[in-house]
Amino acid sequence: MNLPIPTNSAGGLLIAAILGLIFGILLNKGRVTDYNAIVNLFRLKDFTVVKIMMTAIFVGGIGVFAMMGMGLLEGYHIKDANLLGVVLGSAIFGVGMALYGYCPGTAVGAIATGRLHALIGFFGMIAGGMAYALSFSWVKANILGIWSYGKIRLPELTGIPAIAWWILIAAGTGALFYVVERAARSHRTRLQ
Amino acid sequence: MKTNENLPGIKGNPLSLRIKVWNPYIVGTGIGILSWLAFLLVNKPIGMSTEVSKFSGWAASLFVGWESMTSNAYWAGTTPAFGYSTVFLAFTGLGAFISAYFGKDLSLEPVPSVWEEYHGTSVGKRMVAAFFGGAILLYGARMAGGCTSGHGISGTMQLALSSWVFFPVMFVTGIITARLLFRKKVSAS
Repeated sequence: MNLPIPTNSAGGLLIAAILGLIFGILLNKGRVTDYNAIVNLFRLKDFTVVKIMMTAIFVGGIGVFAMMGMGLLEGYHIKDANLLGVVLGSAIFGVGMALYGYCPGTAVGAIATGRLHALIGFFGMIAGGMAYALSFSWVKANILGIWSYGKIRLPELTGIPAIAWWILIAAGTGALFYVVERAARSHRTRLQ
Repeated sequence: MKTNENLPGIKGNPLSLRIKVWNPYIVGTGIGILSWLAFLLVNKPIGMSTEVSKFSGWAASLFVGWESMTSNAYWAGTTPAFGYSTVFLAFTGLGAFISAYFGKDLSLEPVPSVWEEYHGTSVGKRMVAAFFGGAILLYGARMAGGCTSGHGISGTMQLALSSWVFFPVMFVTGIITARLLFRKKVSAS
């Protein structure tokens, strides 16, 4: 079998189905298809989302790093660091996510589990996508070109090798998990 | 936080679909391994918001026709077409449905409980907030070039600068918004 399989071949679509199915199960079992879990993260009351995301980033990142080292991957797939656009866009995104209580992926999962407000918000996302398309020429001309560094990764930007970044991320994540779990334990003890 | 106490003991299969909530570290590991497979098998990282913006294109074409939709500068580059990401999105929904079915998490929820505590039982109010929240969210995702999956997971694990900027910024504005949004509880009448 030659890898990678072309995405829009029959085999590619089958893989999309299998990976999508597992992703949906994981999102639901992780409780991130639950509005309360997302909103309580932003209220700093429930760190489930952070635990899932940081674990996913670390496990995924180490795997990608290793596969790249073994020459199994053709290259990276990263987004342009149009930093003004990224900063403004992510700031807007955070506001929307707190208000909606989902992100695009978890919204799809929430709709499938019956959450009616998630469905209404999906229509909102469709409207937001239209608004972006309509304003795209302006955004491209006035925002996307500013502070534009291209498809750059932290190792190239800083000269610090990837392995050092992963040690740093592991240490930071470990410390974060420790604090969060300890806070949760003392909270439970107080309740008893 | 009743649900956090739902975590199963050691006995039984911790990955049973009948358990409503799995250990978050197991879920995170699962998503990490899923990204290995996505990179290795199809050389395409997990992402969601590009596909949703293609749905916007399809919806727009119902009003203005296919020709004028694809003549738009954005959709000319991100032209809606059935493909890998469409299937991935649909099966993400199916997976969540199957999981919720066995885990007894299916619910036609119009107003989630935290929202209700602070904003009351009004369905209309919640729907308006969800609609505008969704619209703001996707606009931001497109400007940033990705969402919680494309940037938050796939980009960060490749150590992309753009994604490591995305993550903290969205987190901060999300916290500020939640602060403003959940300030005063509705008094019990």
